[in-house]
Amino acid sequence: MTLEQTITWHVACYADDIPENGGACALIEGEQVAIYNFSRRGEWYATQNLCPHRQQMALSRGMIGSTGTDSEPKVACPFHKKTFSLKTGLCLSGDAYEIKTYPVKVEDGQVFVGM
Amino acid sequence: MKKKIVVVGNGMVGYKFCDKLVAKDISKQFEITVFGEEIRPAYDRVHLSEYFAGKTAEDLTMASEDWYAEKGINLILSDPIMDIDREAKTVRSHHGIVQDYDYLIMATGSAAFVPPIPGVEKEGVFVYRTIEDLDLMQNHAKKATKGAVIGGGLLGLEAAKALLDLGLKEVHVVEFASRLMPRQIDEAGSNVLKSKLETLGLTIHLNKNTQDIEGNGTISGMLFADGSRLDVDMLVISAGIKPRDEVARAVGLDVGVRGGIVVNDALQTSDPNIFAIGECALAHQMIYGLVAPGYEMAEVVATFLVGGQKEFLPYDMSTKLKLIGVDVASFGDAFIQEPNAQTIVFENSAKGVYKRINISNDGKYLLGGVLVGDADQYNMLLQNTKNKIILPADPEDLMLGSRGGESAGSGVMALLDEALICSCEAITKGAICHEIIENGITTLDGIKKCTKAGTGCGGCVPMVKDLINETMKSQGVFVRNVICEHFNYTRQEMYDLVKIKGFRTYEDVLNNLGHGDGCELCKPPVASILASLWNEMILEKGNATIQDSNDRFLANIQKNGTYSVVPRIPGGEITPDKLIVLGQVAKKYSLYTKITGGQRIDLFGAHVGDLPDIWEELVNAGFESGHAYGKSLRTVKSCVGSTWCRFGVQDAVSFAIEVEERYRGLRSPHKLKSAVSGCTRECAEAQSKDFGIIATEKGWNLYVCGNGGVKPRHAELLATDIDSATCLKYIDRFLMFYIKTAEPLTRTAPWLDKMEGGINYLTTVVVDDVLGMGETWDEEMSLLVEAYKCEWKEVVESPELRKRFTHFVNAPKLKDPNVKFEPMREMMKAGEWK
Repeated sequence: MTLEQTITWHVACYADDIPENGGACALIEGEQVAIYNFSRRGEWYATQNLCPHRQQMALSRGMIGSTGTDSEPKVACPFHKKTFSLKTGLCLSGDAYEIKTYPVKVEDGQVFVGM
Repeated sequence: MKKKIVVVGNGMVGYKFCDKLVAKDISKQFEITVFGEEIRPAYDRVHLSEYFAGKTAEDLTMASEDWYAEKGINLILSDPIMDIDREAKTVRSHHGIVQDYDYLIMATGSAAFVPPIPGVEKEGVFVYRTIEDLDLMQNHAKKATKGAVIGGGLLGLEAAKALLDLGLKEVHVVEFASRLMPRQIDEAGSNVLKSKLETLGLTIHLNKNTQDIEGNGTISGMLFADGSRLDVDMLVISAGIKPRDEVARAVGLDVGVRGGIVVNDALQTSDPNIFAIGECALAHQMIYGLVAPGYEMAEVVATFLVGGQKEFLPYDMSTKLKLIGVDVASFGDAFIQEPNAQTIVFENSAKGVYKRINISNDGKYLLGGVLVGDADQYNMLLQNTKNKIILPADPEDLMLGSRGGESAGSGVMALLDEALICSCEAITKGAICHEIIENGITTLDGIKKCTKAGTGCGGCVPMVKDLINETMKSQGVFVRNVICEHFNYTRQEMYDLVKIKGFRTYEDVLNNLGHGDGCELCKPPVASILASLWNEMILEKGNATIQDSNDRFLANIQKNGTYSVVPRIPGGEITPDKLIVLGQVAKKYSLYTKITGGQRIDLFGAHVGDLPDIWEELVNAGFESGHAYGKSLRTVKSCVGSTWCRFGVQDAVSFAIEVEERYRGLRSPHKLKSAVSGCTRECAEAQSKDFGIIATEKGWNLYVCGNGGVKPRHAELLATDIDSATCLKYIDRFLMFYIKTAEPLTRTAPWLDKMEGGINYLTTVVVDDVLGMGETWDEEMSLLVEAYKCEWKEVVESPELRKRFTHFVNAPKLKDPNVKFEPMREMMKAGEWK
């Protein structure tokens, strides 16, 4: 609750710019942010667009899904299918990588990313 | 502005709803207020009887008040909601708090149903529902010796146990029906249960209708319709539940004839802003009086509120419980009997064991059953029922356990990974095994902690233990090639099911055949199956995001994040004009060009945002997609054949073009390559292709299942000296058979390797049509051929689809500044990656 006050929300795009159950990239304050519309769960996520494995700006083009008993939401990089938790940013495919995650909110059809 | 959610009722389901909603509400868009009638936060009512066995109210609490505070939930206890103003969207509490809402969640649960028997108001008459009820019972029991319970159902027997625990010397159970637990078990089961309970100190009265509760202020006895009477100084009424729908009823929400707030599959009441979950809701014309369906309802509503879509489907009401130390369970269709099913019954009255299983008339499937006295096999039987597992030859082994010799093969390890082990928390076998194998969690507590399995009703605990033991024994021997954790089917099963059901979208497939949200392992195979079956535009109907990245962008992603573009050049034949266009396009968009191994020209280094423009120019010049990005037909290579070559015996180029145009865009488990050679010199290398054609004096020889790659394979001869039409017919059937039966990402050669009977069997299927599928496959193939459309052209012509081809959605013209090229000879290459 208290966290919210320190977040600066940036308009990223319109909600329908992001395909359902997929992602797209927005340029926010000079940073490439991958935004995911997990419409199946009614959830939105945002992470850095850069896949730390081969330093490619590609995560927004990855497939999203979930894994495990608690249905951890994840994205798979299109290059080598390294997967990352959309919640924690941790790499789920056994490497030590970690990606940045950002809070997202949708209001009046517009997507905001907190940075 | 935050949306206001008001939850009326703080029982197990109301709590679960809060738990689920705060977990899903990542954008913190909701403000949750909970009104509870009782003085303490939600507690575990399922294990209420343990209160008398030594557990405290704290032990039974689901989550402390601190938890609610931590989650920002405003919890108001001892203050039930008295009124709802649906116009103003406000609720008013007993203490006069008026709270407005955007969505109202009724989770008021149920109360004990008290039949209108004269004297129910007397002292010493109780209901068995809340911790307060228990405290009152405990007080009264100090001076009581003889107790009775009205109601021989599940809760009644629990209450009888409570009376025993309270130290009453004599405990009677009075049931109106002719058997105990009439909803769960049959007459014979009831008989066994009755004698078992009687040995444990209960006296059971069946067919007894209580007419009067006697006593002067305090209960002293009961009078029955048959004239008999019973001396008691304490009575618990447990004759069923009635939904707490009084407020809903008063404000005009639809309620059922026998109570319960009517809800649709989304659990919406007749007022779309008001939902009802748990035992107060009347879904599918019934009250779900168990905790697991209540939790599922909480999940459905929480998902809806965050914008997802889930429906509450008819819920399995199988139950297993321990009553006064006696196992009782019923599962599936417990009461179905001849002539609709076969039943197998086992009874050992000396031991107090009764078991009944109901089997489909063809002997293949378990339909349901009843277990009394020994319910060790419950989970197994339930899983066999739910998952429609084919029964072993001696199905009685399932209920009796194997009696020596080989095991019946339907033990815990025979269950599908998808099988639900813990239905309270919806934990599958796969999930538990994953923890055991991948994370080395091998204790019950460990599994409880990481999966929550066994933390609800606890009924699955023995099975979890079995799973741990058995899995540890046989680490890593899961052989069933299921698609992934979300689908418990092989690709072939999926193909058949999708075809039979006619599903056209991934959502439909996942909702009906799978569970969870899908992943990068199941999305592409399902995409491939859908495309193989219907040959519809792969980027429409929400299917774009299930495509592997290359399919999603209809181009091949390369090292620096740019794409390569390969137009189709059928048979490798191309006019000078078209060659010029390729050169112009490559120049205009600064693309690196290379002749591929399949006689085509690959244009590398296209920015994602340029793709539609590049395709537009190519399409206008008469090109189409070459599907170099897809698991589909790539190219049909050819030598020049009899049109120019002095050795050629057939027109290889023309036939290659015909073959390529017939199968272009055909999606399959893996890529398909083909070639046509004009004579036996085999310049097109047809014997290294999935299907290769070599000219003979009389026609064509057809070879199948070859490939280059990591493990090169020569194709094998399928048919000799056939004419062009026969050749195409055989290829049609060969491809349909392959598409239908191969595992994902299996080329034709390994597919053939796994086929029993190898090439000889394949020949009987394709040439001799032993499966009788020939004509069906011919038809299916011609439908696919007719449905072909160029995917590039469709994108070029659709502004909607075109819009998706940008790097930055908020700056569509801007190219990815991180893309790097390096010069190489006269062109450039992708920047090296780290």
